[in-house]
Parts: sequence; structure tokens; C-alpha cells
Amino acid sequence: MIRFLLERLLQAALLLLVVAFLAFVMFRFAGDPVAQMVSIDTTMEDRTALREALGLNDPLPTQFAQFVMRALHGDFGLSYQLGRPVAALLADRLPASIELSLIAFGLALLVGIPMGVYAGLKPESWLSRAFLIFSLAGISLPTFFIGIMLILIFGVELGAFPTFGRGDTVDLGWWTTGLLTPSGWHSIILPACTLGLFQMTFIMRLVRAEILEVMRSDYIKFARARGISKTRIHYGHALKNTLVPVMTIAGLQLGSIIAFGIVTESVFQWPGIGLLFIQAISTVDIPVMSAYLLLVALIFVSINLLVDLLYFLVDPRLRMSSK
Amino acid sequence: MTHKPLSSLCLVTALALVPFASSAQTLRFAAQGDAVTMDPYVVEEVFTSGFLGNVYEGLIRRAPDLSIQPALAESWELLSPTHWRFHLRKDVTFHDGTPFTADDVIYSAERVRAGASDFKNRLAADTEVVAVDDHTVDFITTEPNPILHYTWANWYIMNRDWAEANNIGNADKAAAEESYATLHENGTGPFRVETREPGVKTTLTAYDGWWGKGSVPMNISDVEYTPVPNAATRVAALLSEQLDVVFPISVQDIARIEAAPNAGIKAGPEVRTMYLTMNQWRDTLPGSGLEENPLKDRRVREAIYRAIDIETIHARILRGRATPAALMVAPGVNGYSDTFKRYDYDVERSKELLAEAGYADGFSFTFQCSNNMYVNDEAICLAVSNMLAKVGIDAQANVQAKAQYLEAILAPNMDFGMAMLGTTPASLDSHIALYSLHMCPRADENSAIWAPEDQGQIIAGKSNFGGYCNPEIDRLANEILIETDEDKRNALINEAWTITTEDVAYLPLHQTWAAWGIRDKVDLQIRADNVFDWRYVVMPE
Repeated sequence: MIRFLLERLLQAALLLLVVAFLAFVMFRFAGDPVAQMVSIDTTMEDRTALREALGLNDPLPTQFAQFVMRALHGDFGLSYQLGRPVAALLADRLPASIELSLIAFGLALLVGIPMGVYAGLKPESWLSRAFLIFSLAGISLPTFFIGIMLILIFGVELGAFPTFGRGDTVDLGWWTTGLLTPSGWHSIILPACTLGLFQMTFIMRLVRAEILEVMRSDYIKFARARGISKTRIHYGHALKNTLVPVMTIAGLQLGSIIAFGIVTESVFQWPGIGLLFIQAISTVDIPVMSAYLLLVALIFVSINLLVDLLYFLVDPRLRMSSK
Repeated sequence: MTHKPLSSLCLVTALALVPFASSAQTLRFAAQGDAVTMDPYVVEEVFTSGFLGNVYEGLIRRAPDLSIQPALAESWELLSPTHWRFHLRKDVTFHDGTPFTADDVIYSAERVRAGASDFKNRLAADTEVVAVDDHTVDFITTEPNPILHYTWANWYIMNRDWAEANNIGNADKAAAEESYATLHENGTGPFRVETREPGVKTTLTAYDGWWGKGSVPMNISDVEYTPVPNAATRVAALLSEQLDVVFPISVQDIARIEAAPNAGIKAGPEVRTMYLTMNQWRDTLPGSGLEENPLKDRRVREAIYRAIDIETIHARILRGRATPAALMVAPGVNGYSDTFKRYDYDVERSKELLAEAGYADGFSFTFQCSNNMYVNDEAICLAVSNMLAKVGIDAQANVQAKAQYLEAILAPNMDFGMAMLGTTPASLDSHIALYSLHMCPRADENSAIWAPEDQGQIIAGKSNFGGYCNPEIDRLANEILIETDEDKRNALINEAWTITTEDVAYLPLHQTWAAWGIRDKVDLQIRADNVFDWRYVVMPE
């Protein structure tokens, strides 16, 4: 167990280094940050001086080494555009992204799993068919389209929900939350539905397929033969055994919705890290972009690690073999 | 019982506040990007300096029609052609209560010319700034400059004591530490910043001590600004009445907002002129595979000009919301004249000119375009490329986002045969357009254009990436700079524009219209330079 953890941590560190390096190489093609920082009338002389001061003239390995050294000390520098420490910018924006992702994810699980179970147990019923059609829409429609449609219907036509922003937030000192105010909850519904829809339909289809599979297996037949109640078979045996693959996928998905809620965040002007990143790309704000990519890699690594650890809890076979 | 006095006090206070509360008007406003910083000297960018113009003030300001108005300076006079005297307003205080004096102007004159300030060209390095008394400042220039103050509408005055107390150094774009001025302000303007979350939300309140109260119809007490980069989101928020003013509205969305019962559009031509720049200094034309550069030939440039059907672009792509341009400056800029006419659209004449120049079979070049900088820029580029194909010219459009686009076309790369750009003269005077776009970009008369070793020193002609060069224009531009007689000066400007039009130095396209989406019953004044002056906003009571 300890060895497993150590191995994983080492892998994670390597992965972060590789991500940082790839990001660094990519930035060469992102455009010229200096052109974004000066007005079109700035003289060449001032541009050159700025490029020098930012260290953009140093060779790539030097720049990379400096970046890694500073990052190890938790210093990601100042944003080129906003002139603020990148770490502070990310810390300001992270709560919004995490709250949105967790609500969206919770929604996806709470609705997706029961729908999947139902569709798996009663594959022939009309409701299951309706679920399947609905899920097809959820999987195939692009996020921005869903977002815009929700805005048009519930925001503009019905006027039921705010169409952008996070509503009023409460500052807890280390975390700003929108989940303690009515307007915060009001604002989070549309973006959470948009972000969660794909996950929800995805989870629903996965659970359905797993249940269909498990229901055909021998131990379920034996359980039936023993006369165990339907409820216990369905929820005690079948559902539990479908959870391992669902957990793996769901874990990865959680990482991707925290990290790549970019489209949803931009459609709803949700002030999270995705929005920050998209603004950074358009202005070639290299410190923000590199810190964001590292953060995303870190989120994925941590979630994967968590999922691996959760296996031990859910699947007794793993516990046995590791002993 | 002990609570009673306190609660009745609260009640009294609450009652006292009621009349104010009911007349409190909050302007909720969204645009594409956020003001980059609250420090007024770090970036020269229309939105940022326009935003800060509601918080800070300059010695002068521009009225809605862009004419010059006194602001922190009540009046000014010319003591000699090189000696200006500005009389400062006496009843002005900064937002922290400190009175505004001549020393603040001296401080601002130092800071605006130091470090990485983007506004260095507001005041020549050798201009002396002298405080005569607490409310009189003299500016002594080495050369006469009749338009000294034209660019000062966004040279905002900062407070020396506040800056020094908070260790605000020079403007610095590569700093290791965050400057206090990035998030905080201390201006003299009608609004003060209450909360600031960059990229998320900024709230402002009207400054009670503002000297100009009553001079404008403004009735707003608070402003809530949200940057909303996504155009569809901006429109939806306006239509669902969560925002009062939204800018910009894209051409495609205008009809929808006009049809909405609760919102409308205000649109007008911008002062920015869109143009095509043609590379006429490279010995070989980028992307042509030729040994020579056909664009050095005036006839070829005219042929390109005549091949472009501006009316079609105007009607189809911009849906009538543009003004075709014959000059590199827009109406409203000093020196503009409507006597100049575009070369007529004439495909036959274009082909003849190409044949005369020896390019009857056409040629090719790279045509650099942006897709997120100007109104429908990508569509316009592709249309131009198609129109040129009809006369046999293969303009290979390379459409890129702003960051990559600017890298390709600005010095030192200047890798284009043709490129589309927009220009707004900061002084709203023709001189700067002649000076940075039309003067020869070279260190002196004997050096080559854009010689790599001289590029750092080029100031005259610094935005002339196409390398247009006519010594006559250099001479005229230098004369215009120091000519103090207005009529003579305007005659010189007219002469210069005649020459550049004859030379086909550039290919002016149009001024596009900016459209503002406005909730019903909200009134405001739009300005051709896209600066949003909140002082003119009137909200329904």
C-alpha cells in the first residue's frame, strides 16, 4: 500500500514536469506576449526592453529551469496582463470552478445513476426508451449549444434564472462561496445543468450497460434461486458490482469538468479558472497559462490517486491481492 | 430595554436614507474585456483608458462630439509658441479628500514619461513642466507644438502624496511585485472604485465631492461592471434585463435586439479607419515567389485599390453599418476633408493597370488577417481576397487570432504582402496619422527602410510596416508639427493627404459602426472613439 502510494507520487511529479515542459514548448507558438502588452504605437526600443526584462530572450532551457525553480517555491510570477500574482488569481477563481463542478457532478450522479439502474432493470419499458433518447441528445449536443439554449429558454424567455455570473458570494476568508446566498444558488442552476448534462447521460448509459451485464451473471441467478428479495438483489448485489467501472470513469470525468468547464464558464460568464485561462490564451499571458496547465495536471493526478484508493474500499479482491 | 435607543437610532438612520435609496440608480454594464489595470499609465488601450476616464481625469477631456473641453484645467493660453500656461481648477479633491494642486500635475508629468509607461508620447521628454503657483502650470517645449494638449484627454492626473504613501513607482510591465495602483485608484473623477475583482466584476459609486456635479445630466449613483467576452451571453443578459448597457453588439445581433420589446440599439461610425497596408519596401514580396516586389509600383497598388468593391463589403458583410473611407483619418479628426474621393471600383481599369505594370497574369502574396480584432474582420479579408482573384491576383489570406496576427505583421517580422489593420489617431489630429503611418521608417535619409540595425530607433514612421516612403511627406509632416497658424497648418495637412492619396500609400477601407445595446428608457451618448462616458447616462427614475 505504501509502496503503491510512493510509486504513484513519483509518477505524478514526473508527469507534472512533462506537462510543464510541453506547455513551455507550446507557448512558442501562442503568439508574442509583448505585442499584447504594449500599444501599437510603442517604439521598437521599448518593446525590446520589455522583452528583455521579461526574460523572453533567454534560451528556452534557461526559461524553463527558472520557471520550475520558482514554481517549486510556489511562485508563479505576475500575470503579464493583469499585473497580479498568478497564484492569487488562481486562488480567487478556483472556488467558483470547484463549486460549479461539484454541483454539476452531484447532479449527474444523483440523476444519472437512478436513471441508469431503472433503464438497466427494465430495458423494455417506455420510460427506459425515453431515457435513452434523452441521453442521446445529452451526449451528442455540444455544451455551448445546450448552454445557449438553456439561457434563451429559462433566462430570456421565461426570465426564471440569471443568464450570467455567480450571484452574490460570501467571503469565508480562504474561500468565496456562492452556495450560502439565494442568488448564488439561483445562478448556479443553469451552468450546473449545462456542465452536468453530458456527465449525467454518460453515467446513465454506463450504469445501464453494467446492470444489463451483471443481471445476466451467475451470482445474480443464484441469488434469485435462493429467493432473496428483488430490492436486495438489485441494490445490494447488482448495483454494488457495477460501481467499480462507474467510479473510474466518474473520477476522470470529475477532473475534466473542473479543468475543462471552459466552455460552460465562458457561456455563463462563470468566474472560474477556465474563464481565466481562455482570457489568458487570447492575450498570451504565459505565467497564467503555465500555472493553469500545472494545476489541471495536479487535479487529474490527485483525482486518479483518490480513485485508486477508493477501489481498495469498494473491491475486496484488491484488498486481498495487495496483502 | 437597553436596546431601544439603538434600535430607534437605526430607524431614524434608515428613514433618513430612504429618499436616497429610492433614487439610487445602478448602471449595470458589460463589455468584451476588463480594464486591464487601475494604473492609468500602464496600458494604452481604448477600453482601459476609457473606463479609467470615469475615475481619473485629465487636464482636458473630450466631449461626446470629441471636441476639447476643459477638465482639471479651467483654461489655458499660449504665452509664446513654445510656452503654454494652464490654469487649474481650484475646487477639486482626489477621492481620498486631498486637494488637487499643481504639484500633482508635475508628478503626473514625471511618471507618465518614466519606466514602461504606455503614454510617453503625451509629453515630449524635453518638455519642461513648471508650477508657477498652486493652481498654474507652465509647459515649455523645445519646438512649437500647436496640438500639445490634444492627446491629454487620457493623460490622467495622479496624486503625488497618495502615490508616495503607497510606494507606487513608475509604470512597470515586468515587475516582480504587484503595484498598489493595479487594484486601487485615487482619481478626481465622478466615480470611485468600491470593489475590484479583475476579470470578474468591478463596482463603483458616484464620488460625492466631484467638482463637476450638476454640469451633466448624470443620475446614476452606482456602476456595476462585468466583463462578458462571449457575445451571445452579453446579448442574452441584455434581453433578460440583467444588464442595462452592453458593448459591442455584433452586426448579426443588431436586428434581434432592435426587435426586442425591452432593448434597443445605438450605433454610429467609429473614429477608427480600417485600411489595407501593402508591403512596398521588401525587395521580394513575401509569398509571391517573385524576384521583385510588384507592390513598389504605384500602378499595381492602384489596380488593387480599384479591384475592391467597397460597396459590396459595406452592404453584404457590414449590413450597411459602415462608412466607406477615402482617407486614412475619419470624419471628426482634425484635417479630414470630404473632398477626397475613393478610386472607383473598376475591374477593367484594374486589369489594364496590371498589364501596364507587366503583371497581366497577376501574382500572389501573403495577406495577413485577424479574426478577433475588428468588426467582421475575417469575412472582410476573405471577400477582399476573392475580389482580387477576379483581376488575377492571388492574395493568400492567412487568418489568425490577434496574438499570432500581430506577431506576424509588426516589426521585426513584417511578414506580409498585404495586411488589414485599423488606426485611430490618439490626438484626433491628422499629424499623428502622417507621422507614425506615412513617414519613412528609417534612421536617417541615407539608411535603408526598416534596416534591422536601426529598428530600435525608428520613431517617425514606427507603425509604417508597409514601408511607404516619400520624402515630401516627411518634409510636410515636420512642418505641420510646428506650424501654429491653424489655416496654414490645415492647408499643409490637405497637401499631404493629396500626395498620399495620389501615391496610393495605403488602401483605406471604411469606418465601421459601433453598436451599443441599451435597455429601454436608458439614455446615453455614444462616442466615435468608443469611450463610454458614464456622466451622460440617464436611467429611468
